[in-house]
Amino acid sequence: MSTYTAPLQDMRFVLTELAAIDRVAKLPGYEEATDDLVEAILDEAGKFAGGVLAPLNFSGDQEGARWVDRAVTMPKGFKEAYRQFVDNGWAGLSLNPEHGGQGLPKVVAAAVQEMWKASNMAFSLCPMLTMGAVEALELVGSEAQKATYLANMISGEWTGTMNLTEPQAGSDLAAVRTRAVPHGDGTYRVFGQKIFITYGDHDMAENTIHLVLARTPDAPEGVKGISLFVVPKFLVNADGSPGERNDAWCVSIEHKLGIHASPTAVMAFGDNGGAIGTLVGKENEGLKYMFIMMNAARYAVGLEGLAIAERAYQKAVAYARDRVQGRAIEGSTGSVAIIRHPDVRRMLMQMRAQVEAMRAVAYAVAAATDMAMRHPDPAERARQQAFVDLMIPVVKGWLTETGNEVASLGVQVHGGMGFIEETGAAQFFRDARITTIYEGTTGIQANDLIGRKIAREGGATLKAVLAMMRQTESELAAQAGLASIRSALGQGIAALEAAGGFIVADYAKDVRSVAAGAVPFLKLMGIVSGGWMMARAALAAQAKIAAGDADAFYPAKIATAQFYAAHVLNTATGLAQEVVQGGASALALDEAMF
Amino acid sequence: MKVIVPIKRVVDFNVKVRVKADGSGVDLANVKMAMNPFDEIAVEEAVRQKEAGVVTEVVAVSCGVAACQETLRTAMALGADRGILVDTDVELQPLAVAKLLKAVVAKEAPQLVILGKQAIDDDANQTGQMLAALLGWPQATFASKVVVDTAAGQVTVTREVDGGLETLELKLPAVVTTDLRLNEPRYATLPNIMKAKKKPLETLTPETLGVDATPRLATVKVVEPPKRAAGIRVADVAQLVDKLRNEAKVIA
Repeated sequence: MSTYTAPLQDMRFVLTELAAIDRVAKLPGYEEATDDLVEAILDEAGKFAGGVLAPLNFSGDQEGARWVDRAVTMPKGFKEAYRQFVDNGWAGLSLNPEHGGQGLPKVVAAAVQEMWKASNMAFSLCPMLTMGAVEALELVGSEAQKATYLANMISGEWTGTMNLTEPQAGSDLAAVRTRAVPHGDGTYRVFGQKIFITYGDHDMAENTIHLVLARTPDAPEGVKGISLFVVPKFLVNADGSPGERNDAWCVSIEHKLGIHASPTAVMAFGDNGGAIGTLVGKENEGLKYMFIMMNAARYAVGLEGLAIAERAYQKAVAYARDRVQGRAIEGSTGSVAIIRHPDVRRMLMQMRAQVEAMRAVAYAVAAATDMAMRHPDPAERARQQAFVDLMIPVVKGWLTETGNEVASLGVQVHGGMGFIEETGAAQFFRDARITTIYEGTTGIQANDLIGRKIAREGGATLKAVLAMMRQTESELAAQAGLASIRSALGQGIAALEAAGGFIVADYAKDVRSVAAGAVPFLKLMGIVSGGWMMARAALAAQAKIAAGDADAFYPAKIATAQFYAAHVLNTATGLAQEVVQGGASALALDEAMF
Repeated sequence: MKVIVPIKRVVDFNVKVRVKADGSGVDLANVKMAMNPFDEIAVEEAVRQKEAGVVTEVVAVSCGVAACQETLRTAMALGADRGILVDTDVELQPLAVAKLLKAVVAKEAPQLVILGKQAIDDDANQTGQMLAALLGWPQATFASKVVVDTAAGQVTVTREVDGGLETLELKLPAVVTTDLRLNEPRYATLPNIMKAKKKPLETLTPETLGVDATPRLATVKVVEPPKRAAGIRVADVAQLVDKLRNEAKVIA
């Protein structure tokens, strides 16, 4: 079993120096988010994550969620931990104060969620799904639906789910077949089967509120005929308490590679006469509502990549310090801890540098989300929103792909022990694996990035981001000590610019070739964005040192940024070539040749 | 009934403490600080007594630099009603703290003072005892159970002593110091963290309290404990016995 210590100092550094939390705290409604409060929140969330959630991570994985007789029993300790999570008020951190939330900025929530996900990813999915359902109801729910569900869901007393996928409707939701038939009294009867429903059933809360995509009887074919329904596990009595059991049952749970403690349910609606539900928003607009929430959901999964990488890094460092094996390559009197070996050191730096770059990108995007929602100037809101829209597929795709890479390196640092389940490093590797798949695979993120986010607008937002990167590059010119970072960043920007230009120019002409390079482009964009943030981090650290701050954190930050420049950012040029020149060979073979 | 809980800001228990290069003390620059864990237990006990309806007000008091305000906010997030900072940059030693607390007690007139039995930085284990002596109040140290009877004006304290438990009855007002097993402190809730920001925090100084907090003791030198030397392999039992007798001098 391993411990988790929230990386509070790096979190605070990123929040203040790179994510401009001071500007977020000036936005209307966020005035409470002062430094001292944010610090107190992060401190306490870190204690809770390390003390309550982290100890259940390994045991939860070993025991797994269990399904017996159409109901799920959570692994030992989860019910109590969830109770404590709710009692301590964490569920409503960034949610609407009108219904009992604390209304804190998304950028604060991002740091806190990183802790939940790092300490116990399987646990964290339950509040995450609930938050998504809450946002949907807030956005388009009727007053009656809000009054019935929101307060209990924001407090976490009731949890929420998203029922989208069906066996024939995975990435393509146009194929959804679940039916919703009007009952003549304002309610509907829902019939159909949903799969891959995270926390579709469990024993941690007294009610589960399912949001379900379904078709009404005369709905048009395809994506234009899908509506959203709210279907509670227990119908809600007039006094607000859970009443009669609804016809929505968990008929099995999946056996998965990872996140064993998170029950992934097969849900059967309407096997015994119809599950009672009500329409959310307007008929046939369901998919549109889902897309509005998509940014938040994809962002949250991106954070999982960062979080699991942080946890894998902490575990690898602890092992590398502890494990004595082999003599130092330059010679030593006895055996040394493996952290002394240059290749182990390189792996730890590869993990650390990418974790820090991911955190910086993720929090910067969260801060932009706050700006896009709350900034008084509409032009600034639009500018920030464009940045967020561009970066969401990068946060989702790049952070999760990198999370997998880091978790894999974590196993490698452990050597043979890493392959043994009892060590615990393997769990992070297995848990990370889903993150590049759910909420849209990396391929889907990359297509969204090159198509909707870049080609459709002629690369306008990308150009604006490139200009900001160039600005940082020029700021580096004044710092002789950061020359290697400046050089790598300059090459990275040039690579991103070239590849982006190719996408804009060729998307309409030869979309297949461009799309074959979509994932390499997403990685390129992630790596260069990370390099940009690490360069800004190095500048901020340099300024602290110049001002006389003797904290060892700052020289370490600069060294880590230099490592990132030399080992990660320098891969940008190759990726750009892959994007520009690689399409033809990827598509060269005829289908029959496979 | 009002309770005062003195709390100390110390190096976080997770931090590996380093001695300053010049041997003048422990390096506190850029080190994570937190509430002394024994004081957390004291806060928890006071808050539980309040939740049980025995206590009406819990006042957290900290003596030291301005940053102690953070520690007071933590105490308020855990349930203390308000905080008092005795603000001073002077190095505070237990007797000075006891005198400052005595002055605060004179001002606040609590029935009970609950504090940690010692702080994890200097492990002095003196402040509670000195405070009781200065106030002329009864004291019960190393408490593992505290039962307050306001009607009878007394507190029954079970304390951990060598070889067992000792139970004392004290007339209120009294001083109680907490041991590890008294309770398990809670995690602060998010709404309480936010509310703590708005709770009253009063700042006093040794001067306004009329206390001379000047150190009585001078620190000569602070050094790391000696590193453990490597072991040696003995040839036989006779050599082992010889070493135990003549080098380690643990057997006669």
